[in-house]
Amino acid sequence: MAVPILKQGPFLIASIQSALTDTDLVQLRDALVGQVGSYRSRGVIVDVTALDVLDSFASRTLRDLAYMVRLRGAETVIVGIQPEVAFTMVRLGLTLEGVATALDLEEGLFYLDQKLSSTQEKG
Amino acid sequence: MHEVKNLKSPLAPSQVTGESTATILRELVAHLRENRTQLRQEWAQRITEAKLLTAMSSDEIFTEATAVYDQYVEALETGTFEALQAYARNLSERIIPRGVETHEVVGIVLLLRDVLARSLFAKYQGDFGKLNRILDAYEPAANRIANTVAVGFVQERERIIREQQEAIRELSTPVLQVRERLLILPIIGVIDPQRARQLTEQLLRGIRTNRAKVVVIDITGVAAMDSQIANHLVQTVEASRLLGATVIVTGLSPEIAQTLVHIGVELGKMHTVGDLQGGIEEAERLLGYKVVPIGDNQQSP
Repeated sequence: MAVPILKQGPFLIASIQSALTDTDLVQLRDALVGQVGSYRSRGVIVDVTALDVLDSFASRTLRDLAYMVRLRGAETVIVGIQPEVAFTMVRLGLTLEGVATALDLEEGLFYLDQKLSSTQEKG
Repeated sequence: MHEVKNLKSPLAPSQVTGESTATILRELVAHLRENRTQLRQEWAQRITEAKLLTAMSSDEIFTEATAVYDQYVEALETGTFEALQAYARNLSERIIPRGVETHEVVGIVLLLRDVLARSLFAKYQGDFGKLNRILDAYEPAANRIANTVAVGFVQERERIIREQQEAIRELSTPVLQVRERLLILPIIGVIDPQRARQLTEQLLRGIRTNRAKVVVIDITGVAAMDSQIANHLVQTVEASRLLGATVIVTGLSPEIAQTLVHIGVELGKMHTVGDLQGGIEEAERLLGYKVVPIGDNQQSP
């Protein structure tokens, strides 16, 4: 099942609604990394609130996504990881190191807004 | 026991006619009833000599000894152990809070068994065959009584320990909001794996419901933790980050610092501040609060 990607100002939002297969995840990753360029987006939010499991493949794909997006000049935030999911991930050693996380969509947008304004100040 | 076996070997084959086990037991019980005062006295004295039940006065020992003796004889007579079991549990309930140990309880029951066996030896020393039959009836029952009392005591102890664990768990740690989006989690006492799991669950749930951005975990009240718990703490910090909250750990004792270094914690993942005050100040800075005394504010130009 393809994940819809919404454009919201300078950001892209991908809200995952149901469990994804590995192929779906890779498709999502490629679509986001591609669209960051075509829309000249400054940030990407992936909402995983609906997921009650994040396995090692999913974690790695999300981390790769974040790194690839950064190389294309934008920031990624993973939002909505459930408490139980978070602890299970950590126990499996999947800590999404180097990837920004936020409580929910609102927090994610706030984080990206701040990031954006701080880079604009600098520039 | 060796004594008995030596006596038994030449005599055992001649399983004797007439007297059934029940008759033997009746005779045994009658003997114990007859010599109640003296045997009880002797037993209480041996308890004191063996320095058991030191937490109790000799009067108390004598009272309990009397009760146990009567229950013991009754259990021998009736062959039912429920009353004795109930009494053992009741006794345990009374003496455990006074610091009576398992070895003492087992010890006194074994002493009683010895005292009674000696009295049987003395009584039937002229008639080995009879002594043999009496002991055949006495030993299994006596062992079973010793077993019943010991098991009752241990069960009672375990029940008390379980109750106390539950009480501690209920006292366990609150997750408190001190400012909007700032939680503190003061941890006091020993952390066992179960409590650690519960703490993590509470914290992660607290972060979600309070929409916290910063959490201060204060472990001033934790003297030491093993590497398993320390690992768990690091995992909790990382899991909180996945929910978008920053964790500041405060009040690490030198021992805990050593444990953390020992398990090779990456300091980049763990934000620590010396004490709770420093932790809260740091958290306020992260959240963009600035706390200024009122007086200063008015005086400054």
